[in-house]
Amino acid sequence: MATLDIRDLHVSVDTDDGAKEILRGVDLTVRSGETHAIMGPNGSGKSTLAYSIAGHPRYQVTTGTVTLDGVDVLDMSVDARARAGLFLAMQYPVEVPGVSVSNFLRTAKTALDGEAPKLRTWVKEMGAALDALGMDREFAQRNVNEGFSGGEKKRNEIAQLELLNPRFAILDETDSGLDIDALKVVSEGVNRFSAQGDRGVLLITHYTRILRYIRPDFVHVFVAGRVAEQGGAELAERLEAEGYDRYTKAASTS
Amino acid sequence: MTTQPTAVQHAVETVESHLHPVASYDLADHALPTGREEVWRFTPLKRLRGLLDGEPSEAHLKVELEGPASVRVRELSTDDAVSLGGTAPADLPAALAVARSGGALLLDVPAEAELDQPIVLRLTGTSIDETVWGHVVVRVGAHAKATVVIEHTGSARYAASVQVIVGDNAQLDFASLQLWDDDAVHLGHVGIQVGRDAQVRSFQASLGGDLVRLVESAEYTGPGGEIVMYGVYFVDAGQHIEHRLLVDHNAPHTRSNVDYRGALQGDGAHSVWVGNVLIRKVAEGIETYESNRNLVLTDGARADSVPNLEIETGEIKGAGHASTTGRFDDEQLFYLCSRGVPPELAKRLVVHGFFADIVRRLGVPEVEQRLMAALEAELAENVGLPPAGVA
Ligand SMILES: Nc1ncnc2c1ncn2[C@@H]1O[C@H](COP(=O)(O)OP(=O)(O)OP(=O)(O)O)[C@@H](O)[C@H]1O
Ligand SMILES: [Mg+2]
Repeated sequence: MATLDIRDLHVSVDTDDGAKEILRGVDLTVRSGETHAIMGPNGSGKSTLAYSIAGHPRYQVTTGTVTLDGVDVLDMSVDARARAGLFLAMQYPVEVPGVSVSNFLRTAKTALDGEAPKLRTWVKEMGAALDALGMDREFAQRNVNEGFSGGEKKRNEIAQLELLNPRFAILDETDSGLDIDALKVVSEGVNRFSAQGDRGVLLITHYTRILRYIRPDFVHVFVAGRVAEQGGAELAERLEAEGYDRYTKAASTS
Repeated sequence: MTTQPTAVQHAVETVESHLHPVASYDLADHALPTGREEVWRFTPLKRLRGLLDGEPSEAHLKVELEGPASVRVRELSTDDAVSLGGTAPADLPAALAVARSGGALLLDVPAEAELDQPIVLRLTGTSIDETVWGHVVVRVGAHAKATVVIEHTGSARYAASVQVIVGDNAQLDFASLQLWDDDAVHLGHVGIQVGRDAQVRSFQASLGGDLVRLVESAEYTGPGGEIVMYGVYFVDAGQHIEHRLLVDHNAPHTRSNVDYRGALQGDGAHSVWVGNVLIRKVAEGIETYESNRNLVLTDGARADSVPNLEIETGEIKGAGHASTTGRFDDEQLFYLCSRGVPPELAKRLVVHGFFADIVRRLGVPEVEQRLMAALEAELAENVGLPPAGVA
């Protein structure tokens, strides 16, 4: 069993007026086999948390730790974190002109496994991953995310999740911008991933809609750069009914 | 990328332009450059190895032709070549090339011929100690369809005039590859005439040589024609690669699209791209877009990029340009690395993609593969990036 452990994480970004603190002491533990949902208002720092775990250079960790089975993650380069088993499905997946999905994924797979996948099985696997997300196989030949619709980009992220099969997946608003069919397809992908039993999921979302398809074991309310409350799946229902008002008020008076 | 695309109104707009001197065969019309002229100010004249002195030379590049049996190369006298009516030399090197070459090579694609195979003209130089003057005419008859590739390898001090004459309603894909050895010097002018309703795609790739400075121009011999000018260049330490373009919209309802991309690495690597588009009064209903993007891979390299639009009529469909010069896009690198790809390999994928995006449009698989392999080799050699698992 593996554990992703976030302790007292403080993160700043550089702005024209100097460093601005966005995460203010995040504590969160995700064990393999668990699905955690993070919900919180716009600007509360959810993507910052996701990017910081993945190692985006824009975010500076000022204090705190992130460990994977006790091993310091913050010390690792971005690619080393991926090889250690972390995966981030991005809120806004990046376009990479001139690099085909197929080439990109094969290069990633080779880097993760330390050897190139066998060509014939790989083509099949990639085709199957696209099929499973309801994507035409011609996407393999297209440039990464270039000209993809919002929904296609999100499907592509989950196709990658299934193909690369990390130990922990952080999904940043993978459900935004999806129509109801796409939401189902994407959720099924995440559920297949979780069903392996020893994978952890950190699901960032604004909507309980996706939580009807992906049942979280834990729900965290994220406000003003930290976890303001946690509970079970029922917490999501309450947030849907009541909104974040009482947390944001509490945060602004504290 | 540090510079954002600029809107058309920010372009330099002058009616009388000093940027593209009048084309002429007469040597007296082309003053000897001092380096202070606008068109020569970027070029290190010392490194031209005396080519502008115009000393006579009998030397020629070795010529090999590959392609459909129906197309031959013919030798023509200079007078006969000039009488074909191609664009006159735009600068002194090209004018000298016509005057000193002692005759031209003519590649003639007859009217209505549809070639299913590319014509590849291989020109090879033997030594940097040799001055070579070259004059090449490519003529594509009306309604014909052809692909012509001129490939330069080896070494020489070479100046050339290449005249491309495309007939009405013809389709030409034209590529000129500068794959010279490290010490070569290559100057000159590629002048393209686009017939009525003709479609021309030109592709310039400059990878080798110590100094390459090419003027590429397009003009229209009737309305409705289209020119696409693509280019890629890869500039290493100490190398100077200069592409100067002029699209002269001298006929109504014509279209042009310019997309040049370059990568630079190493100390003293210098690229120059000047893109001039002239929209004359008669050129109503035209459409033009030009773009130049430079990827600066290391410190010590310099990319000059100057787009110019000169507009004499407002009755056009569209005109725009963009020029960007910058380092790697951090977001792209982060995305690739976040999937486990090491940064050096990610950079390589990005550069590969940057070029592949354009090279793929060439539509001649053999040449595409050769070019991508040559670009890969450049990357491996100088940045020392490991081989990519790229297809
Ligand atoms: N470079 C920056 N300069 C200033 N502020 C920044 C910068 N980067 C992020 N921020 C701020 O940090 C805060 C947290 O942003 P983040 O993207 O993590 O929020 P989020 O919870 O993911 O929001 P959303 O729900 O809208 O996706 C926001 O207020 C944002 O404006
Ligand atoms: Mg966000």
